[in-house]
Parts: sequence; C-alpha cells; structure tokens
Amino acid sequence: MLKSLKSNDDLVAMKEACEEKFKSDKVRVYVCMTGCRALGAEEVYGEFQKQVKTQGLEDKVEVVETGCQGLCAKAPVMTIDPPGIFYGRVSVDSVPEIISSTILKGEVINKLCYAESGKKIPYMKDIPFYNRQQKVVLRNCGVIDPKNVEHYIARKGYEGLARALFHLPPEGIIKEIENSGLRGRGGGGFPTGTKWGFVRKAKSDIKYIVCNADEGDPGAFMDRAILEGDPHAVVEGMITAAFAIGANKGFVYVRAEYPIAVDHLEFAIHQARQLNLLGDNILGSGFNFDLEIKKGAGAFVCGEETALIASIEGKRGMPRPRPPFPAISGLWQKPTNINNVETFANVPLIMQHGSEWYKQFGTKNGSGTKIFALAGNVKNTGLVEVPMGTTLREIVFDIGGGIPGRRQFKAAQMGGPSGGCVPAEHLDLPIDYESVKEVGAIMGSGGLIVMDEKTSMVEIARYFMEFVQEESCGKCGPCRIGTKRMLEVLTRLVAGNGCREDIEDLTKMAHVTKNASLCGLGQTAPNPVLSTIRFFLKEFEELIP
Amino acid sequence: MEGKESNKQVIDMSCVRDIVSKFADRDDPNLISVLQQAQDEYGYLPKSVLKEISSVMDIPLTRIFGVVTFYSQFTLTPRGRHSIKVCSGTACHVKGAEGVKQKLRDELQINEGETTPDYQFTLETVACIGTCFLAPVMMVDERYYGKLTADKTSDIVGTYSNKKLGSE
Repeated sequence: MLKSLKSNDDLVAMKEACEEKFKSDKVRVYVCMTGCRALGAEEVYGEFQKQVKTQGLEDKVEVVETGCQGLCAKAPVMTIDPPGIFYGRVSVDSVPEIISSTILKGEVINKLCYAESGKKIPYMKDIPFYNRQQKVVLRNCGVIDPKNVEHYIARKGYEGLARALFHLPPEGIIKEIENSGLRGRGGGGFPTGTKWGFVRKAKSDIKYIVCNADEGDPGAFMDRAILEGDPHAVVEGMITAAFAIGANKGFVYVRAEYPIAVDHLEFAIHQARQLNLLGDNILGSGFNFDLEIKKGAGAFVCGEETALIASIEGKRGMPRPRPPFPAISGLWQKPTNINNVETFANVPLIMQHGSEWYKQFGTKNGSGTKIFALAGNVKNTGLVEVPMGTTLREIVFDIGGGIPGRRQFKAAQMGGPSGGCVPAEHLDLPIDYESVKEVGAIMGSGGLIVMDEKTSMVEIARYFMEFVQEESCGKCGPCRIGTKRMLEVLTRLVAGNGCREDIEDLTKMAHVTKNASLCGLGQTAPNPVLSTIRFFLKEFEELIP
Repeated sequence: MEGKESNKQVIDMSCVRDIVSKFADRDDPNLISVLQQAQDEYGYLPKSVLKEISSVMDIPLTRIFGVVTFYSQFTLTPRGRHSIKVCSGTACHVKGAEGVKQKLRDELQINEGETTPDYQFTLETVACIGTCFLAPVMMVDERYYGKLTADKTSDIVGTYSNKKLGSE
C-alpha cells in the first residue's frame, strides 16, 4: 500500500526515497513484457526470475519487466545494465547461459547480439537503431517497470505536475504549452495550448478532459506502447491539462483490443489514487480530479472526436457536424478537451523543463519529437522516436536498417487510411506536419509502413478503401456511397477488369468524398487513392486490359 | 464462456440485473459498459438479456439494438470458447496475413465471423491489434502471437484444440 502524499514536500521526499531505493550495484535485467509477449517474453521473464532465485542471486541481479524497448524486430528483447548489453530473440533456453556468461562473467553471447552487415553489436549505445534516435517522450519506456510508480517517481515523475500545481496559474500553464509549440500528435496537428485555451475560456460549472486512446489506424502502435510502457506519463499529462482548463473529471477512451494497455493504465490510476495524485485535494493543492477508463467497443470512427464523445455517452459512435466544437459543447454538452495519448505524454516534460527547453527539438513548424511505428518491409521494425524534421530516409534506412532481401524501397505509407504513400523520390523529405501534407500524405498518428518493390500500390489503395468502407459509420452519403463506389472500381482494377475511364472516375469520386463528407474519416478516406494515383499512375494503367 | 449451453437453457437474469444495478447510482449509467459486462458474463448478448436491460434501464430496445449492431465487439449469437482474431492491418496485409487467414479457414472449416459447430473457436478479423512490428499476427483470446506462418498458425490452433481432441 502506497502512502498518500499530502503536499509537494511529500512528493519530493518520496522521490528521494525512491532514488535511494534503486541506487544499488545490482545488475538489472530488463525484459520487454509488452509487445514481445507475442513471441514468448512472459516465459523468458519467468525463467529469469526462477533462475535468479534458485541460484541465490537476488542480491546481485534484479529482473525488471518493462514496456517496449523499441527494436521489436528482434523480439523477445532484453537489456542487461550494466554494461548496457542488448540481446534479441531470447528464448527460455538461453536464460542459463545469459546468467552464467554475461551477468556473472561479463562475457558477450554473440548469437544473441544485434548484427549489421555481419558485424555483431553487443552494446545498445552502439546500435544505429538506438543511437540515431532521440528518446524524449519514450525516455522511460523500456527502462522502468510500468506497473511500479516508484520507478516513475524516481525518474522525476510528477515533478512537472507539482510545478504546474504550485508555481503556475492555469493561464500560465496554457501559455507555457502554447509557447512550447506542441501540436496534436493524433494526426490533426492542432496547437495543444490553443485548444486548452478554448476550453479554459468556455463558461461552465462542469468541464471534461478526454484522452483519445482509440488508436485505430492499421499500422500504428505508438499509443499502445506509451500506455503499456509509461502509463503514468499519460496520467500526469491529463491531471496537468485538467488543472489548466478547470476540469474535475477525465476519461481515457482506450481500445478493447489492447488488453495490456488497459491493464497497465488501470494499475497506474489505482496507484495515483493511493498517492493522492488523483482524487480530492491533489498533493494538498485544493484541486480535485479523477480519471476513468472507458473501453472502446470496436469502431474505427470513434477516433473522431465527436464520435468518441457519442461513444462515451453510450450511444452509437457517429460523428456530428462541428461547430459547436467539443471545446464549447462536448461530453454531455459540457466543454470538453480531447487530446491524444502521445500529446498528453509530452506535457509532463514541458512542465518539468519549460517550453524553451522543449523547443530545442524539432523544427519551426513543429517542435518536439514524434514517435513512429515502423513496420512493413523494413529490417528494424519497431518503435522509433525522432525530432520533428527528420527525413524519411533517416528513419527507413539509418534507423530502420533498410529493406530486407536486397529489394528496393518503393513507398512509405504514412498516416494510415487517412494518409498517403510517399514514393522514393521524396525520401529526403523532412517529416513535419506541413511538408508531409504537401506530398499528399499526412503525418497522422505516426504509422509508417514501408513497402518494397513487390508491393502492388493499386492493391494497397484497394486495401485501404476496403477498410474505410467497412468502418464508415454510414451517417453521411458522400462517405457511405463514395467509399463503396471507389472500392468497387478498385476491386475491378485489381482483378484486371478495369477500363480507361476508371482512373478518372476514381479521381472525381475521391474529390467529392473528400470535400463533402461530414467528418475526418470521410474527408481523408480518399487520400490513399489520390496519392497512389499521383505517384504510381503507371501501375494503374498497367492493370487496364 | 457459457455461450453454447445458455443458447438452449433458461438464461439466468440475475447476472444482468446485478450488472445494471452497479451503474444505477452513477450520473451516466453507461449503456456500452453494461453491454460489455453482460457480454463478458453470457458470452454473447441474448435477446432476453437485451430486453431485460431495456426494461431495467428504461432505454428503448431499438436504441440498444442500434448500439449493439454498431460496434464490432458485440455479438448476438453464441461464440466459441476461444476467439481467434487475425489482424488484417496494413503491415500484416503487406506481410501476408491472407495466407494465415486461409490456413485458419481451412483448419477450422469456417469463414471469418463464424463459429465452429463444436463452439471451440470463433474466427474474426480485426483491423489492427497494434503489433505490426511482428506481422503477421493474431490474437487467441487475450494472447498475442507474432511472425506467423501457415505451419505456426496451425500449431498454435492445435495447442488450443488439443484438450478437446483428447476428450473425444
């Protein structure tokens, strides 16, 4: 049972105690217990615990379960620190050797090391995948036990909140966020501080704050990783935002398909309540706020904020026209602030270090870093965090290690079903909100799927259309009918039954759907089609008999 | 999951009443949460349970039906003991999820959205389960399986159906 914190002094004392507690000469074995579970991480973790116990090594070795360590391609992964050795493809059978050789004798086991062009790289700091990234928001992910709040607090967790509660007026917090240049990480890119300002100014006795964790874009797993690996960062960000706008109640709308994320978040909320970081009179500041998890029921459109609101209210998740915007009339017609998981996870950092510090990362149009979910035909699939303005080439080749099997890079699909395919000619595009839009894609939430020369782009366009057609809520005609008709044409084309007029018709329908749909889903649904026609027209033409 | 038995037998209504009563004193007696818990309890949403929710919560049955059919999580028919969700997200699609799906169809002799006649498995596809880095992937109940091949897929299904085979 954690002791309730009555004041900022209590928090500082707890932080010092936690730091002391984790200051030891022990070798720490960090085992990813989130994404890597899909390839048997639980068994590896269990074996480590068992072996450490039976060999009587508890004084020397500590086994820590962590969130995503990033290099998911090598799952299950683990790190041994000191000396900072990274091992991948670890199995239960390799555990005894890891203990006897690496942990006890400091010897490297070559076969478990990351390799690049035949060269083994044992230390994490030397692996390009890691040393070319800038882990700011993900600083705790893969390093702390997400279910242990003491780890979070030892690493300065909730310090930013304390600064917000005791040293800044709500308007000052909003100003700090505005000045930081933080923009919505869910895809929209709207300035976060401005959004908070609208809700702050709205007059109402009750206001709400909502975290959009309905990460539904196929190919995106950043939010999942943050919730699983560092859930307190999101909780802290939400408390700060709630204080700034004057909300006393918050909801996290999270996908039911993410059971580990829900579990870790529940843990975090429970611990925060015990510590008096949620509830009445938080840290003795007089501010009251509580959080609740709402599990989504499987509808992609609920990522759209007005649909999400309808869903929290227990209705069909259908969007409604805006204005009024949720900032004026949201949940139960009260002013509501909705931000995405990654956006909230940025807030504690800005509060802790200030907006000037934050602005050192990124570009003029977008400060800070962005987390990308790198997947598809690329060697190092995984979770990548880079400053805004990093080029696609750096992400795919320097960090991602390029395309496997000596194949050629063809395109990167960015932003999921609302985004587009960026071809090789734009590999040197610095990724920020505006430049990506110029080439017909969107930054989106951060899904980045690499496609090689063998991928048929027309088939990819069909795939996305099938997805949005299925997920269209059916409320407005342009989206309901437009996606259906475009899917029919694309299916025909892929099957080799298309005709000359199809491409022109597709383009027309795409524009109508884009311009006339009610919500973001329909307005962006044609993007994958338009961007593939723009860059890969030849492939369409080749399919016409 | 008691889905298959409860289809024929009398459905115990006290569970759904308990679930609804848990939300009764709240400001938002959330319909979706009630339906989620009821489905956890019964394995699916039988008509009689929906009628009970309608009368206790005083929500028209048509509205409840509207919500149930809107979200992919809800089902009006009994499901299998194990739910298999094959991911058809972009990364999985690019990396050959179709082969995994086909293997499952062949192995279980059912299509997506269907349940095996012995109520062991329900096969579904899901747009993305956020495990793109290990594509292609599937989830059996709440467990993730990554880097699937046709052979690996049938091995995994085998581990879940072994018990059944042994008892037959």
